[in-house]
Amino acid sequence: MDDSNTILEVSHISKTFRSKNIFGRTTSEVSAVNDVSFRLQKQRTFGIVGESGCGKSTLARLVLRLIEADGGRVMYQGHNLLALGGEELRKLRRDIQMVFQDPFSSLNPSMTLLDNVAFPLWVNGTSKQDGRIAAHRYLEAVGIPRSSAERYPQSLSGGQRQRVAIARALVLEPKIVIADEAVSALDKSIQAQALNLFHELQQDFRLSMIFISHDLHVVELMSDTVMVMYLGMVVEVASVEDVYAQPYHPYTQALFKSTPSMDVTHKKLDGFKLSGELPSPLNPPSGCRFRTRCPMAMETCAEHMPELIEVGDGHTVACHLYGEADVARRAI
Amino acid sequence: MEANLDAMASPGAFKEDSPYRKALRAFVKNKVAFPSFVFLVGIVLATTFAGVLTPYDPYQGNIANRLQPVGASGHLLGTDEQGRDMLTRILYGGRLTLLAGFVPVVVSSLIGGTLGLAAGYFGGWLNTVIMRTLDIFYAFPAVILSLGISAALGQGMTNIIIAITIVFIPPVARVTETAVKRIRGREFIEAARSSGAGHLSIIRYQVVPNVFPQVFVFATTKISLGIVIAAGLSFLGLGVNPPTPEWGIMLNNIKQMIFVKPVLTIVPGIFLFLTSLTINLCSDGVSDAMQIKA
Repeated sequence: MDDSNTILEVSHISKTFRSKNIFGRTTSEVSAVNDVSFRLQKQRTFGIVGESGCGKSTLARLVLRLIEADGGRVMYQGHNLLALGGEELRKLRRDIQMVFQDPFSSLNPSMTLLDNVAFPLWVNGTSKQDGRIAAHRYLEAVGIPRSSAERYPQSLSGGQRQRVAIARALVLEPKIVIADEAVSALDKSIQAQALNLFHELQQDFRLSMIFISHDLHVVELMSDTVMVMYLGMVVEVASVEDVYAQPYHPYTQALFKSTPSMDVTHKKLDGFKLSGELPSPLNPPSGCRFRTRCPMAMETCAEHMPELIEVGDGHTVACHLYGEADVARRAI
Repeated sequence: MEANLDAMASPGAFKEDSPYRKALRAFVKNKVAFPSFVFLVGIVLATTFAGVLTPYDPYQGNIANRLQPVGASGHLLGTDEQGRDMLTRILYGGRLTLLAGFVPVVVSSLIGGTLGLAAGYFGGWLNTVIMRTLDIFYAFPAVILSLGISAALGQGMTNIIIAITIVFIPPVARVTETAVKRIRGREFIEAARSSGAGHLSIIRYQVVPNVFPQVFVFATTKISLGIVIAAGLSFLGLGVNPPTPEWGIMLNNIKQMIFVKPVLTIVPGIFLFLTSLTINLCSDGVSDAMQIKA
């Protein structure tokens, strides 16, 4: 990976949520994101997959500082976003915008569509009038005509709302858009249109994207590089071709085998199924967090947390099976 | 690009009314609430322009003319124990009673709303300090607490208004806090934050417009309670001094005549009842029109 092409570099970011009793003593801890690092390439899409609760959304919010990280760095344009404050942070954060999961909660119901989109400009010092003119442009870019810009979110369908949310994310002319399960709440037919819209906008606005989803098909379609997460940890990172063709980590392999096939002649899920429940992040397993459900768990898995090891060009895996770099892939 | 996007496509083209305009239209169509509102406006106007509407002096009576029955010629609602025209005194007295209902609601909504907003929005220790302090007031029933406060402050209509205001602050704050907390977790707040909005503009544009209807509806339910408490405290002698007219004290003064002229003694009570009833009906209508459960 070429450094000059990296637009955003996240390194060793962690977040543990603590619930405290009234005396301020920690009663329980949830390790939501643990030591995650990745790089986003310019005008590429970085996909993040994993089951619900694996820390994907928390990771996105940590990058944007909607949640404060416990440690780590987010390097953007030579600055560590996590260490900045005040005006500098405000300026840089404009470049990274997010499209949220729930189209029914992501728009302000008391504002018109136009004002919802114009609001980010207003708070950055644009006049009401100029903000609305720009908002019209972006609403048109996502396919909401000028004539319905004065409507309220309540009278729109989920797909239409998500378009408005996309327009709002674009209005600040960001360099990076984080889509957090941005199409998960939509019907399949509308999902496809939303994905196409993302593709087109990415071209038109030269965006770099972080695309978060639990849907493997969606991530495959959208991403150049894919990161698989399990219980707050990275288990595998690879180009989309590699990870779908040759998954190394037992979890990644299991995940792909449990995807329903779109092929009608192919009725059953083949082969291996993940047994057991996702362990509680309140009390994650020692060592490798996947070991409790892993068919290939070994003694060492309980004792040591596996490091990310490079197994191919830009393909890294965190698993004790691949202790030495040249060990061949093992299918479960 | 548009061609393949039909199913998600453009909502029909028309300019939609704002939620408030829609609510207003629904309220005007309400067959109970709107007439109640008209009646209330009538009462407010009649008390405001009492001087123009009645030929009598609310303080000067003709003792020879005392205790005229309801419907007596020249005295539509009769005369009181000192021969003063009842309708005149009702109209003048209504000014204070209505004031004691509306002013505490407005003031407590501002104070309680601000406290609830701060507690709900910022959360953490600020929430704990504000909400637990206000919880102390919940230990007392509203009427007893206002009685205690106004007794401690001393006699007078101003003190009654202060007492009722203090009593109304905790419930308004609690309703606001709950509403703010619910809005606070919505994704459009996060979107606003990531666009670089400060707390003040988030509160002003994203939070307040979405909690205002709920707090407003809740506040309207408190107006009639305010009027009843004010009249009650005044009835007990904590309000105005005679001969100043006010519905509560009028009720008290004329109560001795209950066996002599029973109909006359309930006239101030009827006005209290009608006013608070119509206020409640309006409040229900507003809550229906805004589609908010009070």
